[in-house]
Amino acid sequence: MSLLEMNHIRKSFGDLEVIRDISLKVDEGEILSIIGPSGSGKSTMLRCATMLETIDGGEIKYMNERVAWADSDGTRYYPKGADLRQVCSCFGLVFQQFNLFPHFTVMKNITDAPIHNQKRDKEEVYQTAKELLGKMGLADKADAYPCQLSGGQQQRVAIARALALNPKILFFDEPTSALDPELTGEVLKVIKSLADLHIAMVIVTHEMNFAREISDHVMFMDKGVVLVEGTAEEVFTTDNARMKAFFGKLQH
Amino acid sequence: MSFTVMLQQLGEGMLRSMGIFFLTLLFSLPLGLFVAFGRMSRNKALQGVIRVYISIMRGTPLMLQLLAVYFGPYYLAGARLGKNWRFFAIILAFVINYAAYFAEIYRSGIASMPPGQYEAARLLGYSKAGTFVRIILPQVIKRILPSVTNEVMTLIKDTSLSFSLAYAEMFTIAKQIAAKETSFVPFIAAAVFYYVFNAIVGFVMNRIEKSMDYYT
Repeated sequence: MSLLEMNHIRKSFGDLEVIRDISLKVDEGEILSIIGPSGSGKSTMLRCATMLETIDGGEIKYMNERVAWADSDGTRYYPKGADLRQVCSCFGLVFQQFNLFPHFTVMKNITDAPIHNQKRDKEEVYQTAKELLGKMGLADKADAYPCQLSGGQQQRVAIARALALNPKILFFDEPTSALDPELTGEVLKVIKSLADLHIAMVIVTHEMNFAREISDHVMFMDKGVVLVEGTAEEVFTTDNARMKAFFGKLQH
Repeated sequence: MSFTVMLQQLGEGMLRSMGIFFLTLLFSLPLGLFVAFGRMSRNKALQGVIRVYISIMRGTPLMLQLLAVYFGPYYLAGARLGKNWRFFAIILAFVINYAAYFAEIYRSGIASMPPGQYEAARLLGYSKAGTFVRIILPQVIKRILPSVTNEVMTLIKDTSLSFSLAYAEMFTIAKQIAAKETSFVPFIAAAVFYYVFNAIVGFVMNRIEKSMDYYT
């Protein structure tokens, strides 16, 4: 069963058409990487998938159910309130800027949402959080505040926070773009280990080697459309001129 | 009049000044939050009304507002209110004046919150109310504490404006004693009272600020 289906998405900000016609599908346990130059609409695509932005055309389906769509005349249909929260419980998003809650400890950042929003048992949530922190290599940082952590550590806490809600699909919006190469390595290692958990993941990234190594499916976007898509090998050995130019600049 | 008697009378006045101070804070701090919500409302009519209200409160002297609230009911509606109206009018005027200032402070704090906090909260399943109470408000309070301290210190001194309604708070009493004894000493004593009260409040606000310093 496909977890997420986005069909013929269109999105503009004022006069700027950021997404012209993009469709994607994510199945259970699948890892999709989205790569491309800045401004190609990658992050916007993710933000549309997570309902942070509203689409101007197309439809979004989670678990084969249509949750959000826009008519040809521009009227948008979006879930609200409790329905929206129900949809949001299927997925998690890891931001480029981490967006941790600075006034909560690491432990509280991870446990507050499951306890108060999912109404789960405190003991169980704390146990889960401890396990997640262990997996992230941050077991000793449970009582630290985000301001006391490095960027790589903060991002790992953000990943743990998203995982604590047991999402079916995890989105990553350029998770390592704000980190130096060392810290980037830490976070990529963690994301790799998540692949073993068979959670579906959609990763927008500039880390080409990482995308090639870990993905089942890769999409190369430019100027609001998908130029190349397929398995990692297919995409990275493509003859597409634009993509070759993009990689060419990468070597420096 | 002996010095001790003067201090005693000024002390009674100080208690009344403190009464105005605490009651004003008690009501204007929460009211200011609701006014801030109105100011940020998407309903244009509500927003317009609130903006006019804030602009009048901040644009006219508090002393005039005191007089307007006290004498208003009589001149506008012929209402003759009882003995307790004086105190009630004072508190009412102070509260609606300070609520306007606090509303702008709250608004500036809320507007300075990064959108990322709202986005993260949304994706983690927080309701709108939950987001505001658990995520936004605690951070806003830390940010606005210096501005709130400023207003609180102004309030201590503004309580002396009640002399215009002949309410026997400390400044009124100081004036009376000074006139009676033709001496400047009561004013100096009053100044010391205000200064000490302000110092205590400043110390308390500082402690509160420090207690929120566990994160940046």
